[in-house]
Amino acid sequence: MSNRNGFAARDRAWHPPALAPLYKTSVTRSPRFAPIGAATSLSEDTGPVFGHDILGPRDNDMITNFATPGEMAIGPRIIVQGRVIDEFGRPVPHTLVEVWQANAGGRYRHKKEGYLAPLDPNFGGCGRCITDETGRYEFRTVKPGPYPWPNGPDDWRPAHIHFSVFGQSFAQRLITQMYFEGDPLIWQCPIVGTIPSREAIETLVARLDRPGSLPMDALCYQFDIVLRGKRQTMFENRMEGM
Amino acid sequence: MNRFKESPSQTAGPYVHIGCTPNFSGIEGVYPEDLGKKMITDDVSGQRIAIRGTVIDGAGTALRDALIEIWQADAQGKFAGQGGEAGFTGWGRSPGDMATGEFVFDTVKPGRVPWHNGQLQAPHVTFWIVARGINLGLHTRMYFADEEAANAEDPILNRIEHKSRIPTLMAQPEDGGYRFDIRLQGEGETIFFDI
Ligand SMILES: [Fe+3]
Repeated sequence: MSNRNGFAARDRAWHPPALAPLYKTSVTRSPRFAPIGAATSLSEDTGPVFGHDILGPRDNDMITNFATPGEMAIGPRIIVQGRVIDEFGRPVPHTLVEVWQANAGGRYRHKKEGYLAPLDPNFGGCGRCITDETGRYEFRTVKPGPYPWPNGPDDWRPAHIHFSVFGQSFAQRLITQMYFEGDPLIWQCPIVGTIPSREAIETLVARLDRPGSLPMDALCYQFDIVLRGKRQTMFENRMEGM
Repeated sequence: MNRFKESPSQTAGPYVHIGCTPNFSGIEGVYPEDLGKKMITDDVSGQRIAIRGTVIDGAGTALRDALIEIWQADAQGKFAGQGGEAGFTGWGRSPGDMATGEFVFDTVKPGRVPWHNGQLQAPHVTFWIVARGINLGLHTRMYFADEEAANAEDPILNRIEHKSRIPTLMAQPEDGGYRFDIRLQGEGETIFFDI
């Protein structure tokens, strides 16, 4: 019992390895030692909880949350929605989802960003929401553009949205990226390529949901996120019920 | 029971601060303040400390595009949401200083938290580090070098085979608090945990 980890072990062969030389920055930022397997305790099984009181009314609307009142961000309007579940298929309710992205031209609003595509004065690039009781989340934005980046002589990132998800435990903390169905650049990107299998990569590709689209307004993309699953045993249930 | 695979991780990239600390990155007016900036929101018990440090790569360079998060118990050893003190969130997030990359958390020294067999762990702070070039967020723990007796009986520290690496988990006392530098690679590489 004392060796038991509270979570199903993380499948490190499914995730990108720390060292993936085609993504050059990983070379100096990857630990050389293997991470040490350790049982979790309350320190990892618990985590911060955020209430709806932190949310403003337009936090999940990147089309207007940075715009001058009455104006809107430029670009193809999209809705992104999906569920956050765990590895056992249980919904993860009331968890914070943070997103960030480039504008429709592929330009980030950031001091260190040097791409010549222009900033959109009405687009900030950050949004957030909290999942409902069934683990659902939704936000509205413009489809980000692809952009070139300094790695190889001519590497481009496919259109993508960055996601940060908390879950209910610090051990579930995850940052990942969402890609768009049908984008040929997905299969040429060294960052996507850090993920070892095509099967795993495909779980990060959002599906165009035509019936979910708003006519004359926005296309809809579906993107589900899976967090690590906490084991539940009789023992644990008793402990939690104390 | 159905099994789903965890969503594969992807690097936080160079612009993680846009999404997680937008005010810090110059995107103001969207959120009133960056989350995780204040860990102490009201009167709390215990010793106030600042935890400072930098994340250093294999070439000896301090990262200036990392995002560091910590999660810890209050001075009584209780976590927020689990009976912890109301004025303490237990969770901090730092983008690091724009010029030097140094992170700082104004917090309290945590109390001892039981392991799952009831044994008390030494006081510690859980760290999670993401940045450009880090493909899967790194978990580690910061212990306190001046808690020798508690450290000697800590169940996690006792299971580490290479004892010579344990000092990489020890924050050193300094004026106003503790220093904890994190080395991603090379000499003195910090121990990271597969939890
Ligand atoms: Fe990006």
